[in-house]
Amino acid sequence: MLSNKKQYYFNLFFFFVTASSAFVVILVVVGIFLVLFKEAFPAISRYGIIRFIFSSSWDPVREIFGGAVPLVGTLTTSFLALIVAVPVALGIAVFITEVAPKRLGEIIGMAIELLAAIPSIIYGMWGLFTLAPLQAKYIEPFLQNLLGGIPLLGRLFSGNTLGIDIFTASIILSIMITPFTAAVARDAFLVVPPVLKESAYGMGATKWEVIKDVVFPYCKMSILGGIGLSLGRALGETMAVAFVLGNLNQFPTSLFSPTATVTVKLANEFTEADKDIHLAALFYLAFLLFIMSLTILGVSKYFIHKTQKK
Amino acid sequence: MKVEIEIKNLNFYYAGNIQALKNINLQIFKNKITALIGPSGCGKTTLLRCINRIHDLYPGNRYEGEIIFQGRNILSNDIDLIELRSKIGMVFQKPTPFPMSIFDNVAYGLRLRGIKNKRELQDRVEKALKEAALWEEVKDKLNQSAFGLSGGQQQRLCIARAIAVEPEVLLFDEPTSALDPISTGKIEDLIIQLKSKITIVIVTHNMQQAARISDYTAFMYLGEIIEFGPTEKIFTNPENKLTESYITGRFG
Amino acid sequence: MIRRRKIINKLALFFCFLTALWGLFWLTFILFDIIRHGITALTPSLFLNEPTPPGIPGGGLKHALIGHLLITLTATLIGVPVGILGGTFLAEYGRNYKISRIISFIADIMISIPAIIVGTFVFAFMVKPMGHFSGLAGGVSLAIIMIPIIVRTTENMLSLVPWTLREAAFALGAPYYKVIFQVVYRGAGVGIFTGVILAIARVAGEAAPLLFTSFNNAYTTYNIFQPMASLTVTIFQYAMGPYEDWHKQAWGASFLITLFILLLAIVGRYLVRLKFKA
Repeated sequence: MLSNKKQYYFNLFFFFVTASSAFVVILVVVGIFLVLFKEAFPAISRYGIIRFIFSSSWDPVREIFGGAVPLVGTLTTSFLALIVAVPVALGIAVFITEVAPKRLGEIIGMAIELLAAIPSIIYGMWGLFTLAPLQAKYIEPFLQNLLGGIPLLGRLFSGNTLGIDIFTASIILSIMITPFTAAVARDAFLVVPPVLKESAYGMGATKWEVIKDVVFPYCKMSILGGIGLSLGRALGETMAVAFVLGNLNQFPTSLFSPTATVTVKLANEFTEADKDIHLAALFYLAFLLFIMSLTILGVSKYFIHKTQKK
Repeated sequence: MKVEIEIKNLNFYYAGNIQALKNINLQIFKNKITALIGPSGCGKTTLLRCINRIHDLYPGNRYEGEIIFQGRNILSNDIDLIELRSKIGMVFQKPTPFPMSIFDNVAYGLRLRGIKNKRELQDRVEKALKEAALWEEVKDKLNQSAFGLSGGQQQRLCIARAIAVEPEVLLFDEPTSALDPISTGKIEDLIIQLKSKITIVIVTHNMQQAARISDYTAFMYLGEIIEFGPTEKIFTNPENKLTESYITGRFG
Repeated sequence: MIRRRKIINKLALFFCFLTALWGLFWLTFILFDIIRHGITALTPSLFLNEPTPPGIPGGGLKHALIGHLLITLTATLIGVPVGILGGTFLAEYGRNYKISRIISFIADIMISIPAIIVGTFVFAFMVKPMGHFSGLAGGVSLAIIMIPIIVRTTENMLSLVPWTLREAAFALGAPYYKVIFQVVYRGAGVGIFTGVILAIARVAGEAAPLLFTSFNNAYTTYNIFQPMASLTVTIFQYAMGPYEDWHKQAWGASFLITLFILLLAIVGRYLVRLKFKA
């Protein structure tokens, strides 16, 4: 048993140890920001901000770097993935909380969590060896034959159906990010006051009407937050799409075009870059991605946080 | 006097076969206010919630017996609950405005029934808000969120919402227990006004309220109806000893 | 009118049922595929052999298994103490300071930050100065990903311990650190442990942060100051390569990783359930 004085000092010591550990979190965020900025600086000063974001030539040999293609690629794959993932995720959350009996709902909930636990590289493997061939052999030709003839819409389905394209990548991405929106939405649906739903039922509303008119509006903020989380995850995803996107520095002209995203470009070129300016340009992309992710995730978490306080 | 609802030999079991109502026999008279009173846990709210079958939302609940309304037993399986609830409305203990504007709240039931005509919606919403004694206070802010209203206003909004669809019966589950005395008074006046068009059943733990506004009162204890009769008789000359003890405040 | 509403109701709820089916479908499809391809690759040589020169069959993943273990271990040794101590500060000593809410919020965001960004960061501040890749750098990047997760789960678990328990200990004259060690940690122990398990499960499957930190190595090494192979990066390398043999090994490694992570995840959930039942 330590003397009172020793206890006092140990307590102080422990206070500082824990405080420093907590502070590491801030250190890391600030550190990433500063380090990425510093490494990217040669490229920032040479290519500017607007020019880099909007120019699409990426030529290591002639030292011309513009990030438009990977930036557009990142945003496109993410939004395509969201278009599928969000309705599906909301449907799953509704199913778990309002339609399925309790036990079944719990099982589905666990299954969705398992989907989230599968590492990205496994999704990548599966995408490369199973999905892409299926896409190339059956799905994409089928869609091309079915819809390719339609004016305007048909152009989405033109081009070589090799399976290594934005379509395949977005499908994989959408499966990966569904659990995030589903989990947040489910948690939000579970805390809607029963008396509010009873009021709507009491007026003779059907179950779907109660969900659409009461539950969804009540959980609006949380749902948006959940979508933001999925988006944040999609923006930063690397391994799941690295195998099936092709890393071609060209804007996609159809769903069947290969293209590049920031993460895939980093994964493929980072260790190969022999010129300092090439590396700096890559760091520049990384820095931009970092800012984008921080912002989207920050806003989303804020929404979710605010509704939890209620 | 016409009987609007006849409850015959009603037994009710919560999930897990827990009996909450024993052999209830009760007549609800048309265009009158019937109050259900009794100590906590006596089953008055449970009974109320049988009438619009809101218990059905939760699996495991079971009814035995009959509730006859408009010539049919509404406890039977072939009853359309959506149709039932458009004729029997409910106002809850806590004000429950939907997350939408004041106008949309009141119009909700109307829209559910397919009424799209703007003119008709506006007229009926105005009518309902006037009957709920809320029109003057909200007529200039119909498009604002319902959450901006005070507690008493929100409850009157819920009442307006319920009466906009012109139900035959309105069930009130302790509608003023969460409100201040002035709002309570306004709502009590409102309920008395409503009875000329609507049959009203009200659950209240406030005996004075029951005495003030109801025409008939049923006293319940431990899931049974101990005594039922004209309010004046129940409160001045009850037949049952237990009723008398409750009325005089000896328990509950 | 009512009929139409009922039909819409049935359709909408059926759609929700379909989405649940959709989720289950992909889960089973993917897991089935991993098992199907991975199981055939599970030969003793996979575990015991070193890799052979490209194109020559018979290679194994011994280097990657050992490397992955060492890197994950390094990450755990760094990340777990920092995470638990940090979470302790947020829930205990720092609970009344506004800065704690800010750190908590930032940690929450950092959990979802792109893993590859962490890799570029550690490359810049560790690999470049050191002049070469290292298992240690890989461990540090994984630790950076682990720390926010463990901080948040620790903070949450500690907050679940009722304040009155602490008061009772204080009333007996205990200093705060003793209250934490002897009362609060005891109460939240299982929960914190579960958080650690889930964090390890999360980083064990990461590849992107290792790409430019621990990089890769064709040989087995126990020296974390050298570049080190890992299962995930090897999967990346082998999958992209042209050899059938490599693909097979990549599936084997995928199977192992998925099995490991799913087991950890299930254990973690099971522990949480036990804790809340008790």
